[in-house]
Amino acid sequence: MELLNNIAHYTGWVYPNETVFEWSVLIAVYPYLTGLVAGAFTVSSLYQVFGFQRLKPVAHLALLTSLCFMVFVPTPLLLHLGHPERAFNSTITPHLTSAMAMFGFFASFYVVLLILETWFAYRPFIVEQAQKRTDLLGRFYRLLTLGSYDLSEKAMRYDRKWIFSLAIIGIPAAHGLHGYVGFMYGSLKSREWWSSDLMPVVFLFSAIISGVSLLAVLYVVTCKLRKVPIDLACLKGLGYTIWGFIMVALVLEGLEFANIVYKGREGVEMIMQYVTGPLLVPYFILQMAIGAITPLILLSYMIWRGTTGRALIAGVTLCASLVLMSVFMMRWNVVIGGQEISKTGKGLLSYNPLIFGKEGLFMAIALTFAPLGALWLISRVFPPWTDGAAASHGH
Amino acid sequence: MKNDTKPASAARREFLGKLGRATACAGAVAGALGVLQEVSAKTETASPGASFPTKDYDWTKHQWAFGVDATKCIGCLRCVEACKRENKVPLNAHQFRTWVERYVYLEGDENARIDSQQDPVNIEASGSQKEYRFANRYKDAKVEKAFFVPKLCNQCTHPACVQVCPVGATYRTEDGVVLIDHTYCIGCRYCVQACPYGARYFNEEEGVSDKCTWCYHRITKGLQPACVEVCPVGARVFGDRKDRESPVSLFIRNNRVQVLKPETGNAPNVYYVGIDKEVN
Repeated sequence: MELLNNIAHYTGWVYPNETVFEWSVLIAVYPYLTGLVAGAFTVSSLYQVFGFQRLKPVAHLALLTSLCFMVFVPTPLLLHLGHPERAFNSTITPHLTSAMAMFGFFASFYVVLLILETWFAYRPFIVEQAQKRTDLLGRFYRLLTLGSYDLSEKAMRYDRKWIFSLAIIGIPAAHGLHGYVGFMYGSLKSREWWSSDLMPVVFLFSAIISGVSLLAVLYVVTCKLRKVPIDLACLKGLGYTIWGFIMVALVLEGLEFANIVYKGREGVEMIMQYVTGPLLVPYFILQMAIGAITPLILLSYMIWRGTTGRALIAGVTLCASLVLMSVFMMRWNVVIGGQEISKTGKGLLSYNPLIFGKEGLFMAIALTFAPLGALWLISRVFPPWTDGAAASHGH
Repeated sequence: MKNDTKPASAARREFLGKLGRATACAGAVAGALGVLQEVSAKTETASPGASFPTKDYDWTKHQWAFGVDATKCIGCLRCVEACKRENKVPLNAHQFRTWVERYVYLEGDENARIDSQQDPVNIEASGSQKEYRFANRYKDAKVEKAFFVPKLCNQCTHPACVQVCPVGATYRTEDGVVLIDHTYCIGCRYCVQACPYGARYFNEEEGVSDKCTWCYHRITKGLQPACVEVCPVGARVFGDRKDRESPVSLFIRNNRVQVLKPETGNAPNVYYVGIDKEVN
């Protein structure tokens, strides 16, 4: 008995086996992380591919953020598996009909792409450091040059071509990886709350706004920590990006919900009881009102008034933080919410998260913040800042 | 690019490059179309071998099916107890390979009151999570209509659980039973989520998914599933559809049978008689 985690209380009629929540909070953390990866990569691509020059100060930071979060994406999954040592079964013998089978390939491909793009982006810096330093770190940089010290105009043009191509391939790769997570839920016919054609797109747009918001917060915080002035044009660019995408995200989310209600299929009474009851605060208030509509209004106001200076910094940071909260709530409301509505359509369950343990809340929080630790570490070796000595010569 | 000084040849090269990329895209689309057939929900059986899985059993010679006559079930729950013991299902109120549902319409009720042996009220009546009873919870209330419905894995022809398994640890046998390779399952529980019937559970001790197999270890030796064997009223019927005179063939032929949640497209193979509109 003591083995069973997450036993749920319920009302109405639920299948006996449903009284154990099989997908814990870690499974909500997982799409949150992949979403941040895709969103951060969007920022990097907006600069590299679409030429948004004002985003240059965060372009390298975006790339490193994407990489650091991507490295942690498999961790919630591995902690959740009953047999993590068999995880590679899905790459050795992928069962092609499964929406989950390709994850290993997609993820590995994307990690390789990120490492490659980071290497090209940092090559001038690596070469410079390799030639300058004589210590142990110098040896590390010399190893990373892979024997190429050519920084001629021709070589740089070649590098830029690679970066451009990788950034282009990265767009479908990052968004594919994340849309695919949405498909994993949307394609299940067992739950009305998940089974939606819009699910992958809803996941995608929420991913973009979460990643851009993370970049905005990271940029402001790192500037404060490093005591350098914040590039207002860049921050405004991030604000605009959030503003543009949040509207689409809201419309899609609204459409999805409207579809469930309007179609009113079997079990809709239970869904209505759920959204107006237990889900009222996490869904309508936290995710929608505070996390999405408030930032939309605030950003619209700032754009309309042409807000700048400290007010712009405070406003965008606040909005971005709210969006980060909103998107986490969205993941929670999908993953946990879906399981709180019984497959019978005649009952509701309530998730009772563990506090400690490998699938507890502390672990979830640790895994969400661990990539930031990695980012701090990697930014020591590969400074993403465009000001000062560490400025990249690649662009 | 050396051709930077020769615009004409650069343009030609660029065009050829574009052409190459377009061809690659077209190839990818064609490949994807081929894969579509593979990934659609209509799963093929594991392999078409003979005399499998054992020497004296040929799974191509059988097509198992299950019948449930809800009008006969008395809710004694012997089937649940027998199943738990036969298949070493954890003795608790949260994990079952089979269960029995009770539907009660009290006088004036619009909807049925539904419970199963796992309900806290019923567990209290049995006194233990290891034993199962239906409590007399409606006492003296006037009952308008009431019946029991045994549930178990439907061994679907197009099982959603098999479709979603990322490693192929769960598969459909040639004789029509969905099995799980417990030595290969990674414990992701995607199958548990995908099953529309709640038939699967996760065995935390073993770290793998589990569910009813119609007692595959018994039926391949010519025995009945444990739940069928212990049912005192014959509410559970089991047999081979390839044998026209088997109990289940007769059950399907002589009754107007129905299946649960046919709209899922899973094509279940447990056939019900005597269930009401609220049963799903």
